Amino acid sequence: MSVLQDMAEALMKGKAKDVGELVEKALSEGLAPNDILNEGLLSGMNVIGARFKKNEVYVPEVLIAARAMKSGMAILQPKLAEAGVEPIGIAVIGTVKGDLHDIGKNLVGMMLEGAGLKVVDAGIDVTPEKFIEVVRESGATVLGLSALLTTTMTNMKDVVAAVAASDLAGKIKIMIGGAPVTQAFCDEIGADGYAADAASAADLAKEFAVA
Amino acid sequence: MKSIIKSLLAGKVLVSDGAWGTFLQKEGLQPGECPELWCIEHREKVLNIAQSYVDAGSDIILSNSFGGTSFKLEHYGLAGRVSELNEAAAAISREAAGDNVIVAGSIGPTGKMLLMGDVTPEELYDSFKEQAVALERGGADACCIETFAAIDEAELAIKAVRENTELEVICTFTFEKTLQGEYRTMMGVSPAQSSEACVKAGAHIVGTNCGNGMVQMGAIVEEIIKTVPNVPVVVHANAGMPVMVDGVDTFPETPEEMAENVKSVLAAGVKIIGGCCGTTPAHISAMKKAVKNG
Repeated sequence: MSVLQDMAEALMKGKAKDVGELVEKALSEGLAPNDILNEGLLSGMNVIGARFKKNEVYVPEVLIAARAMKSGMAILQPKLAEAGVEPIGIAVIGTVKGDLHDIGKNLVGMMLEGAGLKVVDAGIDVTPEKFIEVVRESGATVLGLSALLTTTMTNMKDVVAAVAASDLAGKIKIMIGGAPVTQAFCDEIGADGYAADAASAADLAKEFAVA
Repeated sequence: MKSIIKSLLAGKVLVSDGAWGTFLQKEGLQPGECPELWCIEHREKVLNIAQSYVDAGSDIILSNSFGGTSFKLEHYGLAGRVSELNEAAAAISREAAGDNVIVAGSIGPTGKMLLMGDVTPEELYDSFKEQAVALERGGADACCIETFAAIDEAELAIKAVRENTELEVICTFTFEKTLQGEYRTMMGVSPAQSSEACVKAGAHIVGTNCGNGMVQMGAIVEEIIKTVPNVPVVVHANAGMPVMVDGVDTFPETPEEMAENVKSVLAAGVKIIGGCCGTTPAHISAMKKAVKNG
């Protein structure tokens, strides 16, 4: 098996130390940083994402795979920068005002990174003003909103409205998700997209980022 | 101190209470406000909720302390008031419960994951201990460790309560149906796995809450009862599965429908029934009637 296949396998099993070592090995073998990223790390995350969507694995497996990816990225990132490889896009994520739940949002962040995006985490209990500020500072083109509660999901509407009324209107795609959120709700508040789970969120963000 | 286990020995099915969170919002709790702080700042309103469940016929009521661990209260800058808020929460429920109704103090998850090294087991244990000791001091008879997804966190909560208080321990997990048709928590835990681990850690009563209506709970409780046949099982179901009404998630089941749907769960052998999201005193009252007639 090639070093990149080994890397993807190790990542899927959440073996952070092995992934780091395999990235080193791949670099020393002269492989291009971009290939290591796409065919090693991201291909492994893709498999985990697909399995997660199919309920074959759960949150713990995704978290440990993402942690392994992070340990690989720590080594690979400087090489990617040297080679002039840019992330496919920048996404800001956060939990809307009044909602303190961050497990789902963090999971989405990891999957987005696993899809090749740069992720800026605005945190929890984030006001519409704060979202707009973080989007401006980061130059993001994708904004992901999370809510776990039926009572806080309505605050997503305020963010969509605030963005529409700002100079960011039309420049950023807003995607929403969280346990009570549905496509119908997304349509109603005028968000650009809805994702049912973290893996679908990564697919959608990728689509928005490269569009 | 009253005992749920002793009450169950008489052979009757017990009815606990319905939703607290949605009830508090109806009373004016705003998004971003700390629900547990209402035990001090809006004591009368919290007492009214507890009282309305007692009046509806609950044999057990919970308390307004679901987010009462230091980890949850920290966000509101209230981590230093864990003892005060939880003691007040239990005292309010005790006041409504009087001598005849059992008080089970609510304990929710911390939102931290041991798996990722967010916290140490000792920190989690100490946090649950602090909350449980305060609930007992406030007059709770038991505690209800609820809406859990991870076994390691639940085990620490159960042990913290058992090793530091005299409270009886109920522990319930929240499951979702997978594409394969099985039930799992978001951490991938099955009803069989969670109930076995909880009993081993010292829980007196196990079961499931939230995530599902009474109809879906049937398959979950069957799996639990098969796994731990000698342990009483509790179900706190939502008022059906949420549907969108004018852009707002709404729980559709009426009290009468829920009372009808509870029959299959009772037939499966559940010993304690009650409500979660979307349920009201009217739902509890209707279920109480179903239990009496059943």
